[in-house]
Amino acid sequence: MAVETIQARSGDIFTTEDETLILNSINQWLDRDVRDKVLELEHADEYPHEMVEQMKALGLFGASISQAYGGLGLPSSTYAKIVTTISEVWMSLTGIFNSHLIMAAAVERFGTEEQKQRFLPRFATGELRGGLALTEPNCGTDLQAVRTRAVRDGDDYVINGTKTWISNGIEGGCVALLVKTDSEIQPRHKGMSLFLAEKGPGFSVGRKLEKLGYKGIDSAELIFDEYRIPADNLIGGEEGHGFHHTVGGLELGRINVAARGVGVANAALNDAVAYAQIRETMGKPIGQHQAIQTKLGDMATRCQAARLLVEDAAKAYDRGERCDMEAGMAKLFASEAAMENAAECMRIHGAYGYSKEYHVERYYRDAPLMCIGEGTNEMQRIIIARQMMERNPV
Amino acid sequence: MKVLVPIKRVADANVKVRVKSDNTGMDLNNVKMAVNPFCEIAIEEALRLREAGKAEEVIAVSVGTDAAKEQLRTCLALGADRAILVETGEDLQPLAIAKILNGIKEKEQPGLILLGKQSIDGDNGSTGQMLAALAGLAQGTFASELDVQGDSVTVKREIDGGLQTLSLKMPAVITTDLRLNEPRYASLPNIMKAKKKPLDVFSPADVGVELGAGIETLSVEVPAERQAGIIVETVEELVEKLRTEAKVIS
Repeated sequence: MAVETIQARSGDIFTTEDETLILNSINQWLDRDVRDKVLELEHADEYPHEMVEQMKALGLFGASISQAYGGLGLPSSTYAKIVTTISEVWMSLTGIFNSHLIMAAAVERFGTEEQKQRFLPRFATGELRGGLALTEPNCGTDLQAVRTRAVRDGDDYVINGTKTWISNGIEGGCVALLVKTDSEIQPRHKGMSLFLAEKGPGFSVGRKLEKLGYKGIDSAELIFDEYRIPADNLIGGEEGHGFHHTVGGLELGRINVAARGVGVANAALNDAVAYAQIRETMGKPIGQHQAIQTKLGDMATRCQAARLLVEDAAKAYDRGERCDMEAGMAKLFASEAAMENAAECMRIHGAYGYSKEYHVERYYRDAPLMCIGEGTNEMQRIIIARQMMERNPV
Repeated sequence: MKVLVPIKRVADANVKVRVKSDNTGMDLNNVKMAVNPFCEIAIEEALRLREAGKAEEVIAVSVGTDAAKEQLRTCLALGADRAILVETGEDLQPLAIAKILNGIKEKEQPGLILLGKQSIDGDNGSTGQMLAALAGLAQGTFASELDVQGDSVTVKREIDGGLQTLSLKMPAVITTDLRLNEPRYASLPNIMKAKKKPLDVFSPADVGVELGAGIETLSVEVPAERQAGIIVETVEELVEKLRTEAKVIS
C-alpha cells in the first residue's frame, strides 16, 4: 500500500505508515495487558493504575501535544483512531487521557510561551495529569452560568466555588479551571477566565461520584475554598477569554467523544457478529435467521457512517478549519450509534447479554455517557441547525 | 559485538487467512501484516543483550518486497539501531533466504545471528539451520535461555522431554523458542524516532546471491473439514467402537 502524508494541526508531518505502526502498538498493548482485565476492574470500579503506567510508557499522554513541547503532535484523525481502538476494548481508559489532552490543547493554543514551557512537557510524559473543570452542580452545557469566582489579590487570584463530574479529579494533579473573574459584565462570557490549577492548599477533592457506567475512571467533586493561585497560571495572561478558550477545545473534545462512540458501537457489532455465528436456535446459527440479519445490517451501517463522520470532522480540524458543525454531527451520530448498537447487541445475546459475565451489558451502560458528555446531543442538533443557516444565508 | 536479527513479514497471528480461489497461495489482500512472533522474540533478546552491555549494535534484516519496510520500521521502533532490506519480489524458500542472509553476514560480521525458530506462515523451521551450515557457524536451535560470556554463548534448548544445554563459540547462529522472553511493544515516541534510523536497501545480487527457482508452489489447499465427533456413554461402548468402526485396536 502506498504511503501517504497526513496533515496535523501541530505542523508535524505524518504518514499512513506511522498511523499503522502506532495502531499496531496500541493493539498489542490492549491484547496483552488490557483485554483480560477489563471485566474485573470495571465491576470493582477500580482505577487502572497499572494501565496508566503503561499508557505513560506508550506516550499516550503526549499524543496530541506538539513535538516542540515533548509530545507527538499527532493529527486528530490518527488520534481519533487511537481513541476508537481503545474504546473497542474499554471506553473508560480513553477518559484518562482525553480530557487531559483537551487541557493541554488549551495551553498550547491559548497559553503564553512561559506557560507552554512550564506545563506541556510535564503533561506530555504523564507526570502531571488532569482534565477540565467546567461543570458545576447547577450548570453543564450552559457554561456561561458558572459561579466559581476568582478575585485578584496582588500577584495572585483567590478562587472559591465547587465543580462536579470532573474526570481525573482524584487521580489527576492539575485541572483547567473555568471561573468568573467578573460576574457583572455583559455579555456574560466576557467575565470568564480559564486557569491552570494545580492541587494545593484550598483545592480539595470531595467524594468519588457513583455512575451507571464509565467505571474505573474517577469522576469527582472539586471544592475551592480560598484557593490561592499565581496570576501566571491564568491561561493567556489576560482575563475575559476563558469562554473562548473553553469553547475552542470543545471541537476536539467532541471529536474525541464521537471516536469513543464509534469504539463502543464497533465493540457491540463485533460481539454480535461473532455470537450470531455460534449460538443456535431451530437447528441453525441465529445469524442465519433474517430477524438477526436485519439487526446486523443496521449495526454495521451505523458503525461505518459514524466512523466516516468522525474522520471527516477530524480532517477538518487538522486543516485548521472551523468544524463545530462537523464535530457536532459526528458526536451526535456516533453516540446514538453506540446506544442503538449496544441495545441490539444485548437483544442478539439474549440473557447472556444481560449477564455480567459478558461485555455486552457494559456497552449498554457506557454508551449513554457519549450522548450526554461534552455537550448534550440536543445541543449538538441546535449547533448543527444554526450552522446550517449561517452557512446558507438567503 | 553486532547482533544480526533476520525477521519476516507474515500475516498477523490473529487473522484468519483464506486460500485464494485458484489455490495458488494465501489471499493476503487487505490482511493485517506483522513481524513473525518468533522473530519478535529474537529482536527482544538482541535488545536485552544490548541493554545488558553485551552487544553494541542490533541490526534487523528482512528479505522481501518493499512492504517489508513496515516490519523493519517496527523493529527500529522497538529499539534496533538500523535495518537492512534485501528487496526481491520472488517467492523465496528457506535455502535462498539463508544464502542471502549469509551474504549479509559476510558484510556485517556479527557476533551473533538471532532468528525466530520458524515463521508462522511457511512453518519450514529451517532457515537458521541452513544459514549456520552455509556460514560454517555453530548453531543452537529452539533456545529458551541464552547467556553470553566472553566469546562463547550458553544456550538452553527445548528438546523432546527436556532441556539440553550447549556452549557455542561465537560467532554463532541461535534460533528462538516461544519461552525465551516476552517481547515489548513499541512506544509511540519511539515509533516516530525510528523514522530517522537508517534503513538500507540492497538487491540479492548486491550480496552476491543469484536467485534460481529451486522450489515452485503448485497448489495450496485448506485442510479437509473435520467430521463432527460423537459422545459415547460407556467405556465398553468406546472400546467396541474403536475396535469395529475406527479399527484402531483389535
